[in-house]
Amino acid sequence: MPDLRDQISQALKGHGADYVEVRIEEGESTRLLYRGRELEDVGMTTSLGGNVRALVNGGWGFVSFNTIDGLGARVEDAVRQARIVGQETSELAGIEPIVDIVEPQLGKDPRTLTLAQKKGLMDEYNEVMWGVGDIQTTLIAYGDGHKKVVFANSDGSYIEQQRVDVSLRLSATARDGSEVQQAGVSLGSNGDFSVVEGLHQESKEIAEKAASLLAAPRVQGGEYTVILDPVLAGVFTHEAFGHLSESDHVYENDRLKEVMVLGRKFGGEHLNIVDGAAVPGLRGSYKYDDEGVPATRSYLIKEGELVGRLHSRETAAKMGEAPSGNARAIDFRFEPIVRMTNTFIEPGSTTFEEMIADVKEGVYACDWYGGMTSMEMFTFSAREAYMIRDGKVAELLRPVTLSGNVFETLKNLDAVGNDLDMNQGGGCGKGGQSPLPVSNGSPHIRIAKCLVGGA
Amino acid sequence: MEEILEAARKVSDAADLFWVESRSIPVAFETNRLKHMQTKEARGVGLRIIKDGRIGFSATNKVEDVEGIVRRAVEVAPYGAKAEFGLPSAMEHPEVLTFDPAVPQVPIEKMVELSREMVEGILDRHPEVLCDAGASQSVVKVRIMNSEGVDASYEKTVFSLGLSGTLVRGTDMLFVGEGESSCRPISDAAEIVARVRGQLDMAQREAEVTTGKFPVVFTPDAVAGLLLSPLLVGFNGKTVVQGSSPLVGRLGEKVVDERFSLYDDGTMAFRPGSRPWDDEGVPTRITPLIDKGVASNFIYDLKTAAQAGAETTGNAARGSGSLPSPSMSVISIAEGDMTFDEMISDMKEGLVVERFLGAGQTNILAGDYSGNVLLGYKVENGQVVGRVKNSMLSGNVYETLNNLIAIGSEARWRGGSLRTPALYCADVSVARTEGEG
Repeated sequence: MPDLRDQISQALKGHGADYVEVRIEEGESTRLLYRGRELEDVGMTTSLGGNVRALVNGGWGFVSFNTIDGLGARVEDAVRQARIVGQETSELAGIEPIVDIVEPQLGKDPRTLTLAQKKGLMDEYNEVMWGVGDIQTTLIAYGDGHKKVVFANSDGSYIEQQRVDVSLRLSATARDGSEVQQAGVSLGSNGDFSVVEGLHQESKEIAEKAASLLAAPRVQGGEYTVILDPVLAGVFTHEAFGHLSESDHVYENDRLKEVMVLGRKFGGEHLNIVDGAAVPGLRGSYKYDDEGVPATRSYLIKEGELVGRLHSRETAAKMGEAPSGNARAIDFRFEPIVRMTNTFIEPGSTTFEEMIADVKEGVYACDWYGGMTSMEMFTFSAREAYMIRDGKVAELLRPVTLSGNVFETLKNLDAVGNDLDMNQGGGCGKGGQSPLPVSNGSPHIRIAKCLVGGA
Repeated sequence: MEEILEAARKVSDAADLFWVESRSIPVAFETNRLKHMQTKEARGVGLRIIKDGRIGFSATNKVEDVEGIVRRAVEVAPYGAKAEFGLPSAMEHPEVLTFDPAVPQVPIEKMVELSREMVEGILDRHPEVLCDAGASQSVVKVRIMNSEGVDASYEKTVFSLGLSGTLVRGTDMLFVGEGESSCRPISDAAEIVARVRGQLDMAQREAEVTTGKFPVVFTPDAVAGLLLSPLLVGFNGKTVVQGSSPLVGRLGEKVVDERFSLYDDGTMAFRPGSRPWDDEGVPTRITPLIDKGVASNFIYDLKTAAQAGAETTGNAARGSGSLPSPSMSVISIAEGDMTFDEMISDMKEGLVVERFLGAGQTNILAGDYSGNVLLGYKVENGQVVGRVKNSMLSGNVYETLNNLIAIGSEARWRGGSLRTPALYCADVSVARTEGEG
């Protein structure tokens, strides 16, 4: 887009602000939504738009729009707003200007398939699920999107990136009288359609799982040794710990500042938690964030100790730490805010068999379907759970809830498996920007004691 | 727009176009400081076509791309839902006031000042509270055209104020808040400040809750946040045609206390939920949903009305990026005869509840509700004795509204599209949830 580049560089001249950036996006997306047998919603959407963000004396102005002519006037608007807001000193961590045009690394590009091909595949999965007895209804939500993002700022950066996202949610609900149970899976990739192919066997298992939960007993509530599967452990890492590492939450909240002190011991030597868009090939991967900062791969916890957190340029400067490339906006209508990317517990050396061997009575909790966190307290629901008896996975249980204090739970985390698995089906919500593509993961982990209740 | 419709007509049996253009200017204080000012412009168009008996749809904000919009709608149509309805022709519609030219004239400085008044109004008395506050003004232009000759447009203005506060003491967090929204400028934040101050005063001490059944006063916030969704979902044409509404086949039956009446009115002047016609070009109207305790009507759009063998009630709602579905316009619950203070005086032991968190995994279609109390107060012997924590309310909205003790005499607007008094109900299940955050 040579013309656009000229327009942007013209617009970025002579604004008188401490900092100005321009972001222009062009995208297209396709969605298919089945509720039950009916294809309830199918649509194709295209969009074009952009924004200007300006910083003056610590205050931000932000203007978003759908027509990209007249960028100079948009810059003036944003600067004028920033001037009204700004009462303090602008602080932004320094970044060397970057000029780069990033080519996407795609697997099987979803844009090369017709709508008929995508629908045909979803029809097959739906048929497989409906073929299982006791199924009351199914849900299939497929989406893919492609967008090209042009970013430029007053430091002299100019970056073009492309992002392709594929996501699929399959779920089945089984019913017997007033008993209702659900099972499902969420998948995704950053541009490879093949991850949603070949799921026929998985679809069948989902439906069978929902049906088998109808007859499962409830857990006897209480404290247990709990083993979390990679999906649930990954979501726990993201929801319960990751959000506390987002510096925009921390730097204005004195209480959280006291809790999240770098160097503080949160767990044993075996505990290592990483976030980073520079981890390649995952749904939260990119080369530069929405402030043009290069992606990193950062330890949040290393050998049990809090060593880092997630930053935008502003939070990094305000906290005197290095920017981490975590400022993200879901699209041009929003300002970038501090977000996670790919968040996971690094694998250790314990096998699942070793982990479970000395658990006399415990709970093996898998897959996540809801929950809430409030500061350090969490309550999560596991969609699937089993009793552990005498070192072996025993009977299937109804869904269970796990609750407690995240820091105590991290201290009680006494074994980290060797089988890291990344969950690519997640969408994260924050500040009205949802769902943002992220991934999270973990190997199997064991919590020595955790409060378990029936859902 | 005309070109898109013209091009669509050539390749389909019928078509409608829904165009929305908006400009909004929010200002926001975060943690007591002026932090953001934004101007957000957006426009978009959604094209729906009916071709060979099926619905095709596409959306874009690249409105110059006439060929692309039509091509994608045609590509989707063979897989779309069956169209068992036709599009309406032009009809008379009511005069509905939704635009006040004073809204876009409100200076940004005035919006900053109102926000600052809200923040300072709280900090004056409660300096330890962290306040977020904001004001926003917006102008929305809507235009709908279809192949049967409808071509209509209207403009709407919306002005909103919001204030929320967080009080952190150790691991304890208290959340308070209040807001207002209108099609006309709101020039005074005093009422919002007074309400939030009242919440902070009532929450000053903590009170113990025991598990059991108690009388509960649902404030207008609680009616909006906890009871309304499970109540209204049964009146939505979508759940009616799916057969999942518990009210199917029960119109004309008494379903709640006979003092309770609720109606949908999209024609009310200067309410953000009002509009002269719905998003399919059908005139809006007043539809009683519950009349003196009796279920009286469902709400429909064209598609669900056709499936139910009924008439549309002018309740279609859509963004430019999606197909229409039935949605309430402006909901009003009729006032009763008891003041808020009389309700409290009347209570020996019970709760006043305002706000909820994480409405649970309940069967909302059956009218079940459940939620953790985020802000609520304990009443003992006619007095508010303090704030309740770690408690959860649950029940069935039809049962709860059959256990009405009284309806409040002072209705309040919640958001732009709900007007409700407080509801005072007996025998509500309250559970103490110690240690669940």
